[in-house]
Order: sequence, then structure tokens, then C-alpha cells
Amino acid sequence: MSKHLFTSGHTACSGCGQSMAARLVIDTAGPNTIVANNTGCLEVFSTKYPESSWEVPFVHSLFENCAAVASGVEAALKYLGTKDKINVIAQAGDGGTADIGLQALSGMLERGHDILYVCYDNEAYMNTGVQRSGLTPFDTSTSTTPVGIKSTGNVRPKKLMPEIANAHAIAYVATASVAFPMDIQRKVKKAISLKGAKYIQIHVPCPLGWRYEPRLTVEVAKLAVETGLYPLFEYENGILVAKRQIKPRPVEEYLKVQGRFKHLLNNQEELKKIQAIADANIMKYGLKQEAAAAS
Amino acid sequence: MFGPLTSKPGTSKRNKTGSWRIESKPKFLQKNCIACKMCILVCPEACITGEQKNTYICDYSYCKGCSNCAVICPKQDIEMIPEDSKE
Repeated sequence: MSKHLFTSGHTACSGCGQSMAARLVIDTAGPNTIVANNTGCLEVFSTKYPESSWEVPFVHSLFENCAAVASGVEAALKYLGTKDKINVIAQAGDGGTADIGLQALSGMLERGHDILYVCYDNEAYMNTGVQRSGLTPFDTSTSTTPVGIKSTGNVRPKKLMPEIANAHAIAYVATASVAFPMDIQRKVKKAISLKGAKYIQIHVPCPLGWRYEPRLTVEVAKLAVETGLYPLFEYENGILVAKRQIKPRPVEEYLKVQGRFKHLLNNQEELKKIQAIADANIMKYGLKQEAAAAS
Repeated sequence: MFGPLTSKPGTSKRNKTGSWRIESKPKFLQKNCIACKMCILVCPEACITGEQKNTYICDYSYCKGCSNCAVICPKQDIEMIPEDSKE
């Protein structure tokens, strides 16, 4: 019988991408791990007081300071001389990472604590009712960027959070997706084997906020990668060392399965803008598979 | 001081979330299974267990019926069946 460090009985929605990713991360990191988690979906559904889904020490901090709490945990372990045996993971949702927790995260990365920071990116504040966050993509319909006669949803592009983390010249920055569970395992394993601050951002579809059928969680995540809208890459010490190459598919395939993009399907002008974002990603990270390899 | 605010590890197992299923539940056919473990890797509830080929099974007391295991199975060896069927 397989044993997980993240147990059943949590209260996530059916088909939750975040609960898949959280289990993969903690199972890969192993039992010698301390987790600091800020407020967000993950904390709410996995630690409904007085119950906990975690089989490892777990600290719930405020919304903005999980990186700071993890820094304190790491410093204490260093003082006790046990840091080499224990991994510290700080984890947060996209709002807690890119908006509210950004300064604590920046401080943690800049001080070079030996911590793995995991951002579960579901592209809005799902826990409180799908409000727009800094990582919400362009033209998304959310409750604070509603669609109307004059509005096509979120007006700003997605914040390039991995690039911001990478600008701190840290040991390892990577993006991953629940569509590729083995890839998540490999990246987490690699990250915890390195010393210093590490940042991994995992794309986790949310059936509730993105408005698609729960059974499509993995498919939607895969389409985001294959259209070029969610590039998977790895930076080591500031240098791009690996990327997942794709045969680019048109962005409509990704947009049409989700209710949050439904308003775009008959709007060629907006579709072109989103295709341009995907094309820019493909160009920037060199995602396109070589013709020889593709045929 | 923090004693009352601490939860015991793994205590969420008390919540039998299987009652959340409304339409369908997965049936593990155990015929063409190649033990690739993809269903275990994607299950959001962490309720699928199994080691060897054709031994995989899920715990209906936690399964929320999201169907991701049936979608990802490369051998179509997991089938979604109506919730009220007797199997």
C-alpha cells in the first residue's frame, strides 16, 4: 500500500489541481520536512481545525509572511545544527506569492536561506471567490474583472514571477505543471538537493474558478503548456538550463474548454492578442520543437 | 500556549469525503493495467492504492468522483460508472 504524507479527507473541490501538486511535492520531499504555509486554498482545505491532512510538521502563518516564517525555521535549524537533515518548504498560492507575500519572499530569496519555495499558481484568489491576482492571465473573467460590453476581463498580463525570483540570482528557479507529475517530482528532487534559496511555480488548474469539468484538470494543464501560454523551464544560478519543447497548438484549444475565457471565442481581435502572448513565450524560451525532431 | 491550536497529523482521515460524489464513481477493471501508477500520481484525494499490475483500487469512502484517473489511464482500464450501480 502506498503511503502519502498528504492524506485523504481534505476538503478540496473535486478535481482540485492544487491538492494533486501539494501531495506530489511533499511525497517527493520526504518525511524529514517542515512546511510553512500561508493563508490560501491549500491551507484552508488541508488544515480544517482541528484536523490536518499533513503527516509532517506544518506551520500556518499569515497571508503575507510564510517566506519569513520559513526563514525563521531555517535559521533555528541552522543554530541547532540539524539543517542538513531537514528540508524546509514554504508554500503559498499565487496571490500569497506574487501580491501579498512578495516582499517577504524577496527578502527570503535575497538572504539566500536554504528553503524551497513552492508557488501553486491557480491564477486568481480562488479561496475567497475568484478575485483577480497578479498572476491572473490577460483577458480572464474573474469576479473583480467581470466581462461586459466594454470589458473583456483582466486588462493586465500575467506577472512574470519566475523571472522576478530569478533576478535574485538564486540557486534554482523552475516552472512545472500538474499535467506532468513526474516532471514535478524531478524538479522538487533537484531543488532540495541544491543549497540556497529555490523557487518552483506549479500551474494548478482550478475547476471552480476556471469553470471547466473536474475530470479535465490534467487535460487543461497540458493544453496550457502545449499552447505556449505556460512555458516550462528551469534556471540554475540565473542561466536557462532546460525547457519543455512543444509543437505549438492554437490558443483557442486551451481557451474553449474554460468558462473564464468563453467570452473570447468569437472575438478575433482578443484571440490574436492572446496568441501573441503565446508566440512571445515560445520565442523567448525557445519552446518550439526543431523541425527534424518533430517529423 | 500553542497546545490547543495544534492538530494531530493525518487527522483529516476522519472526513469521509466519499459522500461528495454525486454522479459517477471509478471502477478499476483490473484487466489491462500496466502498473504505470499514473492514477496514483494524479488522484487529488490520495485514495488510490496498488503496487503490481491489476491490483489498483480506490477507497470509495474518500473518492470525490473527479474522474481524472479514468481520463489519464493510458489503457482505459478505469471506467466511470453511475454512482447507484451495485458494483
